[in-house]
Amino acid sequence: MKLPSQQYGEFYQRDRTIHPPAYAPAYKTSVLRSPQKSLISLQNSLSEVTGPVFGADELGPLDNDLIMNYAKTGLPVGERIVVHGHVLDENGHPVKNALVEVWQANAGGRYRHRNDTYIAPIDPNFGGCGRVLTDENGHYVYRTIKPGPYPWRNNVNDWRPAHVHYSISGSGWAQRLVTQMYFEGDPLIASCPILRTIPSEAAVRQLIAPLDRNAGIQLDSLAYRFDIVLRGSRATWFENAVQPDDPMQGE
Amino acid sequence: MTTMVNQLEYLKETASQTAGPYVHIGLAPKQAGFDIFENNFGSVLAGPRTKGERIRVEGRVFDGSGTPLRDVLIEIWQANAAGKYNHPADRQKKPIDKTFRGWGRGCSDFKTGIWAFDTIKPGSVMGRNNRPMAPHISFWIVARGINVGLSTRMYFSDEQVANGKDPVLNLIEWEVRRKTLIATREERKGQVVYRFDINIQGPDETVFFDI
Repeated sequence: MKLPSQQYGEFYQRDRTIHPPAYAPAYKTSVLRSPQKSLISLQNSLSEVTGPVFGADELGPLDNDLIMNYAKTGLPVGERIVVHGHVLDENGHPVKNALVEVWQANAGGRYRHRNDTYIAPIDPNFGGCGRVLTDENGHYVYRTIKPGPYPWRNNVNDWRPAHVHYSISGSGWAQRLVTQMYFEGDPLIASCPILRTIPSEAAVRQLIAPLDRNAGIQLDSLAYRFDIVLRGSRATWFENAVQPDDPMQGE
Repeated sequence: MTTMVNQLEYLKETASQTAGPYVHIGLAPKQAGFDIFENNFGSVLAGPRTKGERIRVEGRVFDGSGTPLRDVLIEIWQANAAGKYNHPADRQKKPIDKTFRGWGRGCSDFKTGIWAFDTIKPGSVMGRNNRPMAPHISFWIVARGINVGLSTRMYFSDEQVANGKDPVLNLIEWEVRRKTLIATREERKGQVVYRFDINIQGPDETVFFDI
């Protein structure tokens, strides 16, 4: 049996109730940067089910080692950590060859960015970005320094909990995602205006990485685990779903 | 009491969060002001041997006050000149161009807000139900203050006939809004430039899609 949507390989409808609304006034910058008209719902075509494919040869050997990839005169300051996890789709299947890109502040909460003017110093040995492709099992790993919290102008004295920014590019354009990972036990999580743009408690919890003692390196690094879920499709349930006579594709 | 049924075991998609003001560190470190990776992803899609008409696509993204976003990051995805995506799910009987991935990443200038891509004009791709789509480029827009990346499409002003039949443009109930997706062709010193300004809010708010 071949059902129409199975042939298309289209992605499951995005559940907007777990995502923040575009207009979230407690996060003030969203007010002028949120569309006011409804999004137009679009059934996936080839333009949405396809997407860029990346190769291992495009990344360098230190790209997933934030401790070493900008070390100039010594090691960066701060808590050494390993972060790892799986990129899965909504079916629970691994997303192989997904491009995971991360960026973050240094241990003092300062970004290496020309627009960041926070008083905490730049760490001469820390760049704050890395990237990795998921393996056959959808697994990724990188090593870094635990980022520090920092203040920002939203209310006059809001503080971001420690976090790592993520960008994930899966197999299809419609899976494209940016998000942020937080750390278990951070007392600033409860009052973060950006995290609180998310209406679902379960969805918030999904962004908080637990300490993973087993994945740490003895006498060297603690580890945190962060699994990421991208949209699923019928095509990944039925591996041979995309057929040459697929009506999405024409002749 | 609620009726008990077996639970469906689907996972939930990870929630989106804003890319923030420092998105360049991770996705375009040179723009952030430093050099770290040997190989950087960028806004030039077409190589010297890529087939197709060379074009530049440029514009600005405006917020609800009419101010250009100077910290926006945009990715684009498009078919090659023959109308084929460089991806295994595209089974159309058309040639792949090995020199063309069809993907690019660009940032607005910190002062002017202008972003630009150097690419080729894509061919027409077959849409659903055997209805060809007019040539178009898919856009994905993230920045501080944007909680979920915005998806839209850019079409070409010199493709009036194809645009008139395009199944996606025709899905937009309000005809007056369709023009927000059509980039204007200009020639500048012999170079073909398509101008595509994006308005997040306002009377000319760009059509964004839930894809």
